[in-house]
Amino acid sequence: MKFFNYLLLFAVVGAVSLTSCNTGSSKKGNQGALGGNLAERVYVAPGEHDEFYAFISGGFNGQLAVYGLPSGRLFKVIPVFSVDAEKAYGFNEETKPMLNTSYGFIPWGDLHHPDISQTNGKLDGRWVFVNENNTPRIARVDLTTFETEEIIEIPNSAGNHSSSYVTDNTEYVIAGTRFAVPVPQRDMPINEYKGNFKGALSFLKVDPETGEMNIAFQIMMPGFDYDKAHPGRGKSHGWFFYTTYNTEEAHTLLEVNASQRDKDFVAAVNWKKAEEYIKEGKFETMKTNYAHNIYDEETHSAKTIWEKEVKILDPSKLPGLVYFMPMPKSPHGCDVDPSGEYIVGSGKLSANVTVHSFTKMLEAIKNEKFAGDAYGIPILNFEDVLAGTVVQPGLGPLHTEFDGKGNAYTTFFISSEVVKWKLGTWEVVDRKPTYYSVGHLMIPGGNSQAPFGKYLVAMNKITKDRYLPTGPEVTQSAQLYDITGEKMELLLDFPTVGEPHYAAGIPADLVAPNSKKYYKLEENKHPYATLSEKDTKVVRDGNTVHVYMTMIRSHFAPDNIEGIKVGDKVYFHVTNLEQDYDVPHGISMIGANTSEMLIMPGQTETFVWDATAEGVWPFYCTDFCSALHQEMQGYVRVSPKGSDVPLKWSLDDE
Amino acid sequence: MKSLIYTLFIASALIFLGACSGGTDETSQAGAADADILKNTPKGQASVVDNESAPNILQVAIGSPDHTTLVAAVQAAEIEHVLVNAGPLTVFAPTNAAFEKLPAGTVENLLKPENKQQLATILTRHAAPGSYAIDDLKKEARKGRKLYMATGDYLDVTVEGDDVYINGIKVLASIQTSNGIINVIDEVILPKSE
Repeated sequence: MKFFNYLLLFAVVGAVSLTSCNTGSSKKGNQGALGGNLAERVYVAPGEHDEFYAFISGGFNGQLAVYGLPSGRLFKVIPVFSVDAEKAYGFNEETKPMLNTSYGFIPWGDLHHPDISQTNGKLDGRWVFVNENNTPRIARVDLTTFETEEIIEIPNSAGNHSSSYVTDNTEYVIAGTRFAVPVPQRDMPINEYKGNFKGALSFLKVDPETGEMNIAFQIMMPGFDYDKAHPGRGKSHGWFFYTTYNTEEAHTLLEVNASQRDKDFVAAVNWKKAEEYIKEGKFETMKTNYAHNIYDEETHSAKTIWEKEVKILDPSKLPGLVYFMPMPKSPHGCDVDPSGEYIVGSGKLSANVTVHSFTKMLEAIKNEKFAGDAYGIPILNFEDVLAGTVVQPGLGPLHTEFDGKGNAYTTFFISSEVVKWKLGTWEVVDRKPTYYSVGHLMIPGGNSQAPFGKYLVAMNKITKDRYLPTGPEVTQSAQLYDITGEKMELLLDFPTVGEPHYAAGIPADLVAPNSKKYYKLEENKHPYATLSEKDTKVVRDGNTVHVYMTMIRSHFAPDNIEGIKVGDKVYFHVTNLEQDYDVPHGISMIGANTSEMLIMPGQTETFVWDATAEGVWPFYCTDFCSALHQEMQGYVRVSPKGSDVPLKWSLDDE
Repeated sequence: MKSLIYTLFIASALIFLGACSGGTDETSQAGAADADILKNTPKGQASVVDNESAPNILQVAIGSPDHTTLVAAVQAAEIEHVLVNAGPLTVFAPTNAAFEKLPAGTVENLLKPENKQQLATILTRHAAPGSYAIDDLKKEARKGRKLYMATGDYLDVTVEGDDVYINGIKVLASIQTSNGIINVIDEVILPKSE
């Protein structure tokens, strides 16, 4: 035992030293003397910009964070499925509807997989789509405002994990079902799962101009767990591939009962065929109820539309729609290479990484060479579709991305490393440790036909000693690797907000020039907007009072309000009159119990304040807007119920 | 045994630290490179490129053919950044003609590098914190309030007929900018000689 300890220690120290000094020497080889400093390769000088945006999901915090690469600097946290104090998201009246679902208002969610919109298989930098895993939803984040513009709920689904990836021309963004459920939901014994539960695969059509989504159809699959997915691209455009596990259809102790079969499946879905069936009317219309929340940039407000039905396709009755390709051992990652030929499946419990061939799949389908069927869906022979195997590359393979130069990079959770291997020859080229236990990895454009193979970001599940400790809960962590050389080089650790579950990266010059600077007042269509100080007013309607307020450096108008009575519900509709980049104002009211707000130039936002007690109550600007920011304040006088103090509002007593 | 392992570990760590300390030279070279990078970074808010927002005080002044002397003076005094700051700021902007009214040689003298501070003080006396367009100035006069300038001086605000005057200088026009107000005047505001 002692001897073993000693060996282990030696190995660890050895590995550490090899890593640190290897990095140094190979760097010199690559970069010459000037590149001899790792720090310099991730250093972005003051005032300079990063080369890439990285949109890194916050996992369980339900948000999407925007970082720069190579610096790892955090720029913005975009609230999507969770309320957020910084943006008043989910607190102010305008954004509350964004979090409506058929289950009610849900204050937080579990955001997993960002994917950037594409045109002709290349990143176009218009939108980022993200999925909510827990209460199934897909959201669209606009990359001119960097705000969430749309959230659509996915009915008949649970555990929306195999999502939210886009096709070559963003024709569709997809959602899937990890936890099969009764469809429609009903009261039934859990142990009657097998054969009765279903796994819906949803296809959301994306409007090419506005980006607006709608559920075009759902394919009602057998009750397996649909874990991960990727679109076909290039030659396989028109198909979508999903890994499945629990083809055993176990309903309890899945760690044992869902690991019985030697192979589960990759489901290959022909969505162009699905479109044909829809056109031919071979679908059933199912009544349902789900929220479709849209934020309008001109009214600065969100509204919820309640959608009532969805089109269902039954793959057991519609030939050519779905095929199953056997894949070893509860596969997780399902990744398609830039050419669209290779479908990489990572069996969590497999010693190998298995790669299937799209060409061979088509051939087998053409020859109708099937090994059997599952619930009427044809199963292809494993050997017929197999392209190759990466033999024993590591332990616990999860996800694969591509550099566009013929290399694939796979993460291994158990052996805590990224392994680089060659498409076609399946030989391992390099391996680098991660600190620790990597989940997803991201190469900018790695989900497209044209990856930008310069950096790789590894997103780790465990951090332990990598940063200064902060009690039992330590920061989450990502790591940046340079992948331009034959060997990968670890450049940087950087902490992340929430779980860095997955990410999407894009060159900054495809996004930055489109970034909006402010909202134009003349385009403000908010129903309570006040576009000039002379239009400010206070209007009473029973116990409800509407304050039409403006803000400009460095005062509110009005800043004195009288005639409010105890029991009134006071809506402050506040418009920022500035028309200048980066001049937000904030507003906060003592006892504010719905929202404090940060309002961008040209924007209108609303919070509700309950007048609960007599007195004179101050409000103030919460954003250091100007040299006279501290002077930006005002008062609301609250009189007793039934008092005859008239409603009055003023600025400078006028 | 435990302590032996610990010692071994420390020793190994030291060895490798030593082995890698050769990198110091590179670091210092990189340090010099960093200094160059810093020297070349943008100097302040006046260099922000923004063609979308409403123009700020400096941008409006630069675009005015009647204020070329003022702009030259602002640049010589190196106070451009003040005029693009969040403010809010009211700038009383003397026209070229206003500067011409000064004794011969005054402007040329002030533009000399050695008089930079004096020039800056003179220009700063033309700026008031806050936003005061002509109508606001009339209100100041009506309410008997003086105008506090960035140099600490208080200027008299008076109304005669439809016109408003600052220390007796007539305000010709007000221009709204993104970060405050430009009030055009045809005299340079000089300190009261009392």
